[in-house]
Amino acid sequence: MDPKIKYLLHLADNSLILGQRLGEWCGHGPVLEQDIALTNISLDLIGQARMIYQYIASMPGQKTNEDTLAMLRYENEYLNLLLVEHPNKNFGLTIARQFFFDAFHLIQTEGLTHHPDAQLNAIAVKSLKEIKYHYRYSSEWLLRLGDGTEESHRIMQESVDALWRFTGELFKMASYETALLNESYTLDVTTLEAEWMQRVSSIATEAGLKLPEKEVMLYGGKEGKHTEHMGYILTELQYMQRTFPQMNW
Amino acid sequence: MQIKDHITRRQIADCLHDVADPEIPIVSIVDLGMVLDIRPENSHWRVDLAPTYSGCPAIDVIPFLVKAKLEDSGYQNIHIEMEVSPPWSTDWISEEGKEKLNAYGIAPPNGKASEQQYEGKPRNCPQCGSIETELISRFGATPCKASYKCLTCLEPFEYFKCF
Repeated sequence: MDPKIKYLLHLADNSLILGQRLGEWCGHGPVLEQDIALTNISLDLIGQARMIYQYIASMPGQKTNEDTLAMLRYENEYLNLLLVEHPNKNFGLTIARQFFFDAFHLIQTEGLTHHPDAQLNAIAVKSLKEIKYHYRYSSEWLLRLGDGTEESHRIMQESVDALWRFTGELFKMASYETALLNESYTLDVTTLEAEWMQRVSSIATEAGLKLPEKEVMLYGGKEGKHTEHMGYILTELQYMQRTFPQMNW
Repeated sequence: MQIKDHITRRQIADCLHDVADPEIPIVSIVDLGMVLDIRPENSHWRVDLAPTYSGCPAIDVIPFLVKAKLEDSGYQNIHIEMEVSPPWSTDWISEEGKEKLNAYGIAPPNGKASEQQYEGKPRNCPQCGSIETELISRFGATPCKASYKCLTCLEPFEYFKCF
């Protein structure tokens, strides 16, 4: 597959899968306002993914459409980060996952607003406005829970510890990213780590949370090798299309 | 021909004033600043619309409503495009649109999105006019709104965020 398509799929899949995860909170949020907040963020992310899938489908020679891309690929064809497929489990884990991703998504999308491809550039400019809100939301909750009660602090620290091993992948180049680096189609994600670390550690410190120092990092999602959680997400995401192919409403 | 086009453009624009936003029907898509351009193109008329938030559930309904309205008004060859760029901003909401929102009970965006980092806060409670208000949640029933409460009349209300 054309590395450009793979890269675009990687960007879109991050948003789609995290959007799907956040959507699982619908009707289950800890309080009504947070239920609405998480699902609003979910909508933004799915909308951003849609714009990219639509863009891919519009390219010459692509015999596909946005629904097929979102709903009918196999697991190893999804190129999202392992971090975003991690289950919600509790509000603390959801917030830690969101915070790690939002800080990355913000820096990455800022980088894409200078992209030579006009359409990807436009999508980045539009998405960035929304991502700033997401980042502020998850930062505020990290502070509130980390610096909250003894129990909220403990859960937040456990969540940060549990998800840290997925953060290394944010800054590891996938084969398609390396292949396109020369023509400036992809960002060199290794250069984004310093700013991410600075943002994450300053807010974590303010929240009274410790970032793990040494951790064995897990990789694979960007190349289509996922954790066991991915199959369950896709089962739910794809159920209707697999059961009633081409269904529409 | 150019004069005729000019008249047609004006007539199409007038029709679009009747297309209500599906989520906030008190305002039209023109009030919200979603209509970017109306122009003749080959043998049809092209209408460029700016989607508001990427994930707004109304994103698929609006082009459908626009097409239906224009067809009802006798324009058969209409081509609608949703344009990602330039990104929609609340700075494009008309003064009339802001007044309608306020009268409907939604505090309109206060100030220019382009001049501040985030969403700003409501000038006053749309119900009683008090300037004493408090944020409940940065998110509301739709992506474009935040939830507030008035500290004077104690009523909850929504604030259309600067964006």
